[in-house]
Amino acid sequence: MTLAVFFGCTFIAFGPAFSLFLFTIARDPLRIIILIAGSVWGWGPWATSGHRAFFWLVSLLLSSLIWFIAVKASDPHDEPLQKGLLIFGVMFSVLLQEAFRFLYYKLLRKAIEGLVALSEDGCSPISIQQMAYVAGVGFGLMSGAFSMINLLADALGPGTVGIHGDSQLYFLTSAFMTMVLIFLHTFWGILFFHGCENRRWWEIVAVVVMHLAVSGSTFCNPLYVGSLVPSYVLMAIAAVWAYMLSGGSVQNLRRFLLCAQSEASPQPAS
Amino acid sequence: MITFMNNSDSEDEPCNERTSLMSAESPPVPSYQDGLQASETREAQTHRKRQTGSSRSPNNVADEDASDSDVRVRESALENEEEELTLKYGAKHVIMLFVPVTLCMIVVVATIKSVRFYTEKNGQLIYTPFSEDTPSVGQRLLNSVLNTIIMISVIVVMTVFLVVLYKYRCYKFIHGWLILSSFMLLFLFTYIYLGEVLKTYNVAMDYPTVILIIWNFGAVGMIRIHWKGPLQLQQAYLIMISALMVLVFIKYLPEWSAWVILGAISIYDLIAVLCPKGPLRMLVETAQERNQPIFPALIYSSAMIWTVGMAKPDTAAKGQSQQAWDAEDERENHSSTSHSDSQILDTRSPAPSHPITLEEMEEEERGVKLGLGDFIFYSVLVGKAAATPSGDWNTTLACFVAILIGLCLTLLLLAVFKKALPALPISITFGLIFYFSTDNLVRPFMDTLASHQLYI
Repeated sequence: MTLAVFFGCTFIAFGPAFSLFLFTIARDPLRIIILIAGSVWGWGPWATSGHRAFFWLVSLLLSSLIWFIAVKASDPHDEPLQKGLLIFGVMFSVLLQEAFRFLYYKLLRKAIEGLVALSEDGCSPISIQQMAYVAGVGFGLMSGAFSMINLLADALGPGTVGIHGDSQLYFLTSAFMTMVLIFLHTFWGILFFHGCENRRWWEIVAVVVMHLAVSGSTFCNPLYVGSLVPSYVLMAIAAVWAYMLSGGSVQNLRRFLLCAQSEASPQPAS
Repeated sequence: MITFMNNSDSEDEPCNERTSLMSAESPPVPSYQDGLQASETREAQTHRKRQTGSSRSPNNVADEDASDSDVRVRESALENEEEELTLKYGAKHVIMLFVPVTLCMIVVVATIKSVRFYTEKNGQLIYTPFSEDTPSVGQRLLNSVLNTIIMISVIVVMTVFLVVLYKYRCYKFIHGWLILSSFMLLFLFTYIYLGEVLKTYNVAMDYPTVILIIWNFGAVGMIRIHWKGPLQLQQAYLIMISALMVLVFIKYLPEWSAWVILGAISIYDLIAVLCPKGPLRMLVETAQERNQPIFPALIYSSAMIWTVGMAKPDTAAKGQSQQAWDAEDERENHSSTSHSDSQILDTRSPAPSHPITLEEMEEEERGVKLGLGDFIFYSVLVGKAAATPSGDWNTTLACFVAILIGLCLTLLLLAVFKKALPALPISITFGLIFYFSTDNLVRPFMDTLASHQLYI
């Protein structure tokens, strides 16, 4: 495959996420730390060194372990069983990711308390909504990177896509799927944290159900219309919902689009 | 309490340090310390200084732009302010170290993945004499353990030797040794590296051009490392020579020995820095007694001195003149060798001797230091992960994240304990755990998912 495929897929999958990173996260070291790592120190002023990617990695590790044990304990030639185990692995991984998102929320809550206690004017330099956004981006970037990076490396090498009868759009659809997943993780982060903050359990359940739905829809692959379309629809819904929850409204949007001055209009990522 | 180390200007500080992370205590002069604390307060609350500080800092990616507050002079509750300083600067320090570590790893991984020379087996170092080409697993394990023992003993002997030299002030000897090693690193290893890269990309280059390039690169490097120059250049050179050392290690260390050595050296680091009789701890304490900066050349430093004049303490401080100085101002910045040690320091550059008044203060940006040995062993881990025959990028990425997390945690501990801490153990432990688990557990899972195009 060519360099064009490599760069095209990279930019499709990671372009929006990296722009989000550059414009909203890169300037604040605190946000970078929240993004990258995932420590378990729940106390002290440094609790903000909880990083989403690490938490996502740990959840992936645990779910891989479970799947690995299950596979080793089963008959490798039994195709339906292997397929069933894979489905189980995927669902379990989704549930574990959401569980770790909750754990991460707990950690960040403690971190905010620590930051507030140490600050001179009684408010933390970063709010829980910002943390939710950054955490979501971190989760998304890590999940996207793990899905996409081996594909991109293969895209640089020789080969023809789909020569054995598989879909020729493999790389492209993978890139689009990765992009939508990164966005979804960002919005789910905001929704989830909002639900946890305000004790609205149905928001949390909605996030979990959406995640299961998106992962489940990928079982339709290579029938891409069955996986990409629902995912994008869900992403739009999640986007609107997260925007509303973060204080956005139609008026804000109109003012933003018309570049009009507005007093005290909250932005989704501030 | 934030601890500081009052560095004196340009002393001979030749010593090899073990891997450690430290925040040095020093006996402060009372009025100086008050001035420093007041200046810290101002530093913490002056938005502009931070911004200019970060714009000057070569590896500071993050500008703190939003968190500005009014400038207020506080003589009370200084401890609270210092803690807040730790917090506000902590995040910046972490990023100031993330960037060079990431850069070094990127260079190493890019080279490993593209230049095949560094993954070919072409013999072993004399430090690891036992071969791993044996058919039985037990024999191979035994050989790697023996290799590790020999390697670690060599490192221990070198460290102790250097500590002894430092203690008895044999600065010239160490100076000469380090000049020789940096000479070899900057010229010979760079020449080999350039040759291999050119071979990989099939680019022809004539000898006069090569001589010109290598000569300039090496000469500028020697001058910068052993004498004076811009801080960014020193940082760049330190990253490059660390990467070259890493590549040598990755090429010549056998597979299993490398992993066992990584584990053993983290344990050694822990012992050497924390035990009262540990060589590195003795080194740090000796340097503190003599009020000298510790091995500026063997440490990657991101500290800078800022000269700012302020009109009034109550108004926002205006930076009248800003210069970036090499915080150590060393004449003897020695490069590391294969047995280089490392430390992380939480240091402050010295204030001038003129009386510190409220109207005029020398603001100093506190920097963080990380020893070159830390760079080297972090990158060895990531490079080895990248060099695995399966060619899996997930493993590399996982190790990278794990090491950064470990570094973050170590800096957290540094902020809590405020003394010399080893930088290797936490990062290497996380890195090893993640390497083996990702390679054996996550890789088959992700490969199966990718083959069915499933997403989790």
